[in-house]
Amino acid sequence: MIPLPAEQLLNLHRVAPEVVLCVFGIVIMVVDPFVQAAGRRALGWLAFIGALTALASVHLAAHFPGRAYSDLVNVDRFSIFVHVVVIGAASLAILGSLDYLEGEGLQRGEYYALVLFATAGMGILAGANELVTAFIGLEMSSISSYVLAGFRRRALPSNEASVKYFLLGSFATAFFLYGIAMVYGATGTTLISGIQTFLVSLPPSQHLPALAILGLGLIFVGLGFKVVVAPFQAYAPDVYEGAPTPVTALLASAPKVATFALMLRVFYVSFGSAQHLWFWVIWISAVLTMFIGNLGALMQTNVKRMLGYSSIAHAGYILVAFAASTDLGIAAALFYLSAYVLMKVGAFLVVTHLGQQGERRLAVADYAGLGMKQPVLAACFSLFLFSLLGLPVTGGFLGKFFAFQSALDAKIVWLVVIAGINSVIGAYYYLRVIIAMYFWEPSQDYTPTPVAPALSAALLVAAAGTLYLGLLPTRVLVLAKAAADSLSLLSLR
Amino acid sequence: MSIPLIVFFACALLAVAGAVTLILAREPVHSALALIVVMLSLAILYLLLGSDFIAAVQILVYGGAIMVLFVYVIMLLNAGAEERTDFSKLAKFAGVPLGFFLLLWTAHWLAHSPAGRAAGTGGAARHGVSTIDLSLLIFRKYLFPFEATSILILVAILGALVLARKSE
Repeated sequence: MIPLPAEQLLNLHRVAPEVVLCVFGIVIMVVDPFVQAAGRRALGWLAFIGALTALASVHLAAHFPGRAYSDLVNVDRFSIFVHVVVIGAASLAILGSLDYLEGEGLQRGEYYALVLFATAGMGILAGANELVTAFIGLEMSSISSYVLAGFRRRALPSNEASVKYFLLGSFATAFFLYGIAMVYGATGTTLISGIQTFLVSLPPSQHLPALAILGLGLIFVGLGFKVVVAPFQAYAPDVYEGAPTPVTALLASAPKVATFALMLRVFYVSFGSAQHLWFWVIWISAVLTMFIGNLGALMQTNVKRMLGYSSIAHAGYILVAFAASTDLGIAAALFYLSAYVLMKVGAFLVVTHLGQQGERRLAVADYAGLGMKQPVLAACFSLFLFSLLGLPVTGGFLGKFFAFQSALDAKIVWLVVIAGINSVIGAYYYLRVIIAMYFWEPSQDYTPTPVAPALSAALLVAAAGTLYLGLLPTRVLVLAKAAADSLSLLSLR
Repeated sequence: MSIPLIVFFACALLAVAGAVTLILAREPVHSALALIVVMLSLAILYLLLGSDFIAAVQILVYGGAIMVLFVYVIMLLNAGAEERTDFSKLAKFAGVPLGFFLLLWTAHWLAHSPAGRAAGTGGAARHGVSTIDLSLLIFRKYLFPFEATSILILVAILGALVLARKSE
């Protein structure tokens, strides 16, 4: 049957955010050669407008819930929620990049085009109802990230970050692909809901096909690498440290959210009936991730690298909510992810500004006395760090609270105890930076530079968002709960 | 002897001859040319089996794109005639007999097992996927990932350009 034009139009509405992002990316590429070097900054603003338009078109897509393109794409409250978080993170990262690129002499249209394409890939990832589609989305986001990580071509750490990320990332996607092939071999479908139907329809006496379990394992390896959970985290600190700081802000936030979304779909929806098989995998991975992230961050004297380790630790906290594998757990994970994105992007953007040209000032000692010199910036940074640490009044606190609460409800007490111990370890290295800012003697060689308007706007939004989630969480929590419910509607439970 | 059978034997012999030349030639460019012969005769063999799409892809992708890549690499490396070394002992005493064993075993399998016979006479291909089925899958069912792939390739090209171009 030939699809009617009306149906085509409907399909197009459902992938509107991706279409908008790709169109803006292509327009930037086409315009780029005609723009003088001095005017390239305008391309950044164009990219920002593109991201905002995409955010608006998420609203459009939300009006047409349902499946599109022969069930390959799924527009539900879950995908809408993830879309907003991902595109929001990308917009903040673009705002933070404008002046950074200017200072580094890297102001190019390609940068913004790649950011938009990466975001489009993450959008596909968030809405994919089929594994091959998800794979394409994952690759779109990954390949753009490899290039963005190496964008400071004259800096060795940036090159190292790009090559490491590329080589290990390619292996990870190969694992993911292998996993898809095996799951397909076992169940005869790559549709996420189709796999679920197949596995649920198996008679209770029959075991799950070994090939499907093996495939799920490989998918966990591939996705675990992208969300940076142990034992696949080894590359992350180097990549986060070497990549240009605004890129790190993007890499540490948006792809994690999108990949976690796919992970939830695959584990919770497709393999929901095999929960007894993957529960302990998630449990062990969560414990390892938290300890490696926190203990690693403890040893760092470089703030950027420390924040890199801390983002590993946070993936572990999100896995705690994941392990609960209840509606509440998923809602908690989504809430945590939105709070995490705001505080992490905010923290990295502060590092972007304070790093100065060539990213020279990254050590904790360089932050000494910042509280006196730039009180507003220091206050913002403290807020993000308190939120990462999980102190009340911030989004990070409630994120942790809901995550641990949902795990306790699911009777996973020991995991919560371990997560609590880890939060205490985290306090040490976050507070050390804050103490340096307020109580250490300011270093003499540093003259503070004013924060550029675009960057301050991004910081303001991130700070306001962190406080909003900490003080008035109800609205976002309700949305997260609705998103989780739309996922569990699929999982027939 | 029917015409398809004649074509089959001609192409099969050509493929084997090409493969042997590929290994024995001392100039890398000659090896590359021999590889083209192998690819093209394989394409005709696919055509005989009724897989017209695979045949076209074989010519376009392997005979075209990948061969260009090979020739390009040879050109960039400026590779001259290769140096001859003595056969490795392992290859001589274990590799050659094992190769012959594999050949005989495959021939035996093709001739005597039912599955082998079906494969040998192209039975599998006849019930296989036609170009129409394939294009329906790509342009209907998997239209969205197919279109997304075009962006993916664009990203790859853009990325290569960003990383490889001269600094300003």
